[in-house]
Amino acid sequence: MNSPSSQPAGRPTLPELFLRDLRAAFPESAVLTRHEDLIPYGFDGTAALRQLPGAVVFPRDAAGVAAVLRLARTHRVPVVSRGSGTGLSGGSIPVPGCVVLCLGDMNRILELDTKNLTLLAEPGVITQKIYDTADAAGLFYPPDPGSMKISTIGGNVSENAGGLRGLKYGVTRNYVMGLEVVLADGSTVWLGNKCVKDVAGYNLRDLFIGSEGTLGVITKVLLRLLPKPAARQTLLATYASMDAAAETVSAIIAAKIIPCTLEFLDQRTLRCVEAFAKVGLPTEAEALLLIETDGHPAAVADEAERIEQICRAQSALAVRRAASADEATRLATARRSAFSALARLRPTTILEDATVPRSELAKMIRFINETAARHQVEVATFGHFGDGNLHPTFLTDERNQEEMHRVEAAMKEIFDYALSLGGTLTGEHGVGLAKKAFLPRQLGDPTLELLRAIKRTLDPDGLLNPGKIFD
Amino acid sequence: MSSATPPPQPDTTGNLLRSLDYSVLQQCMHCGMCLPTCPTYVETGRERHSPRGRIALMRAIADGELEVNADFGEEMYYCLGCLACTTACPAGVDYPNLFETARAEIERKGVLDTRKRRTVRWFALRLIFTRPRLLRALGRLLWLWQASGLQSLSRRTGLTRLLPGQLADLEPQTPRIQRHFSDALINPVERPAGPTRHRVALLTGCVQDLAFSDVNRATVEVLLANGCEVITPRAQACCGSLHAHNGDTATARELARRQIDAIDPDSVDAIISNAGGCGSHLRHYDHLLADDPVYAARAVTWSRKLRDIHEWLAEIGFRRPAAPADSPASEPQRVTYHESCHLCHGQKVSRQPREILRALPGVELRECAEATWCCGSAGIYNITQPETAAWLQTRKIGHVQATGASVVATANPGCHLQLENGLKRATPAGSATPSVVHPIVLLAQAYAAEAKATGRASK
Repeated sequence: MNSPSSQPAGRPTLPELFLRDLRAAFPESAVLTRHEDLIPYGFDGTAALRQLPGAVVFPRDAAGVAAVLRLARTHRVPVVSRGSGTGLSGGSIPVPGCVVLCLGDMNRILELDTKNLTLLAEPGVITQKIYDTADAAGLFYPPDPGSMKISTIGGNVSENAGGLRGLKYGVTRNYVMGLEVVLADGSTVWLGNKCVKDVAGYNLRDLFIGSEGTLGVITKVLLRLLPKPAARQTLLATYASMDAAAETVSAIIAAKIIPCTLEFLDQRTLRCVEAFAKVGLPTEAEALLLIETDGHPAAVADEAERIEQICRAQSALAVRRAASADEATRLATARRSAFSALARLRPTTILEDATVPRSELAKMIRFINETAARHQVEVATFGHFGDGNLHPTFLTDERNQEEMHRVEAAMKEIFDYALSLGGTLTGEHGVGLAKKAFLPRQLGDPTLELLRAIKRTLDPDGLLNPGKIFD
Repeated sequence: MSSATPPPQPDTTGNLLRSLDYSVLQQCMHCGMCLPTCPTYVETGRERHSPRGRIALMRAIADGELEVNADFGEEMYYCLGCLACTTACPAGVDYPNLFETARAEIERKGVLDTRKRRTVRWFALRLIFTRPRLLRALGRLLWLWQASGLQSLSRRTGLTRLLPGQLADLEPQTPRIQRHFSDALINPVERPAGPTRHRVALLTGCVQDLAFSDVNRATVEVLLANGCEVITPRAQACCGSLHAHNGDTATARELARRQIDAIDPDSVDAIISNAGGCGSHLRHYDHLLADDPVYAARAVTWSRKLRDIHEWLAEIGFRRPAAPADSPASEPQRVTYHESCHLCHGQKVSRQPREILRALPGVELRECAEATWCCGSAGIYNITQPETAAWLQTRKIGHVQATGASVVATANPGCHLQLENGLKRATPAGSATPSVVHPIVLLAQAYAAEAKATGRASK
């Protein structure tokens, strides 16, 4: 992990002429430069990383975004794009002397096409609103990152956000059919369309998904929707050991069942979530699985039955079914609060995102616990068991330098081990600042050089979110 | 968490945010879960006007990166203090503590000080709302003005329009003062007809006492009907919530001590509040007086026994009123419930008022969208920030109207007035304006109807 700068951030200054031009191009309320206005844009959802920007600008359309990028290029000012600032790898944290390009005011849903099952949105639309809009039309937008109540679709695409339904439905990438992108020179391109099949030219759309604002600024997103599943059933299974829970996951997959959700919480996480959400989680259990199956009612009933049998066969302490759709929603919402709820225990909560092939899950979990014990650091683990995406969360205090060193040492070992199992540093949070020190090890030099070559081509002046993902 | 945090010291010379336990500030891990629930963030879309943005500013002050200035002061008074963020916050940030400390620091530094503001604050916080008899005397004068017809006369003749700008806007919002205040309606001790199961003290409030003494009487009726002996001390003072929320911690402490002097918490099973805003503050006397050598212990007992009336009724298993047997089956009365911020977010009492409303015969509870959103009243917010207050009021009234309810139940005097005024303005001429009623008044009416029917039946 990059050494976090929790130092008081200096007051970086922007070229006077840049600010003058910016103010001339935008209304007063769309350009923030006062210290009090900038401080709250100095961080995102990532722990222990802060940097004050030089200004924040709120364009209302692609033309406004292009204007900012042209001015930035003229005056050689770095640009960091941002949605709601809920990212977990520092992707939207300002770089010194930058302008933050906040897309929150571009928040309209432009079209819901029920004939083609697509939705066209501006980047500042809140993920939950996309879900709700689709839902109201009997449709379904599956990606559901933990912060979906406030995260923006532009941010989701830029970080290729995942969520609880990744196992069956995939991640944001699987739902992006088209993107409008403003490039570093201020030109606007449209990548993709409403066609299910399209092989005309390079697939550049996918290049921008997960590019963390380093290649261009997304100004429109065309999303694919699905028909809403007719039925769903949520189950809770509790275990006396994490191993038993991990074995259950393997057994469910081996039985050729792909549930929509297969979430895991360890006891520490369980207790924090229950303290906040009060949904009646069994806090005495060592481990808990939250499982949801969805689809045709008959298939759901059958799968729920088989899942329940498998859980019992794997020595679950108890298996409980959610009594209603309301209860199922409450349970999923409670699970989504896990990361924030863990902040109840210690002042600083550092969330990691190591992901391994599912077959290696039990090994990975054991290693995390051993490593935490060896370095005497506190770790709570939860995550998307079904897709091997773990969230070991370090509970620490950023003001305790000595403890932070131990956390970093443990974290490095966990990353190394995940890679040795054929895993990845990050399943869904992105590299940003937090993981860029580890990326070379995962990618290797030739791949990293390819990334750099792409970056140089699309952003020759190195002004788009510089210093993120790699240097 | 709040119990581990020493309360701020208003009299020391140090910056209050700097002397605050740093872990309270650190508790915010800026995940952003609060953002969609914060009315001022939703209104502007600017981080500074969000809970995590405000906490970042406070932290910058504690870190010495930012001075307490007028900009910060205005920001902290732009915050409604609705505490919706505390319900949304999985990390359990003690925002009320941060909010009150920040406002106290703003007042200590005097960064918003003007002669007018100083006069208004002195008049309201130090004069009227510390002297219950003076407040009641003023209430009596206002009642005379209203009851004599002078108010409507001056409204009709346009005399009220001669008031200076803001006062003219506020005049129509003046609460209707009750002919009788609580002391005239409630005996110092009232005992239930049947066996006494509990002994409780009733807080009558200040605004509640002048404008809604009927709610206080209804509260007594409902408590009696549920086997509670009710002790109601005379001429009660303001609970101090107004002061604590507006940066006057010293006066808030003084008023808390007076409340504890008036009601010995050891002598009762529960101390009952029926106003959301007061209850939220009253519950935290333990925190407020934690450093007081004389009162700290009693304040802890006080906080432990403080109950909102709905909460208390649910806890003791209130009696469900029976539908009068001889009443003809008619269309159910549609009631919607607006949650007072400080009842649902401040006290986390949300389920119980609905239980009571659902228990009422002939009532259909219709949920309204954004029921937990602030209505814009927010203490004196509708006076200090009229634009945002009006935006919230309009938003709220729209949701209320969408339910088609003829009655809006709410349990806080500020909300009550804000809704009443909003509905009056928004209801087209010729249509019936939905009425605003405290849930406990509805319950008392149901008990009364039941008793009347039983009386008739036994004749």
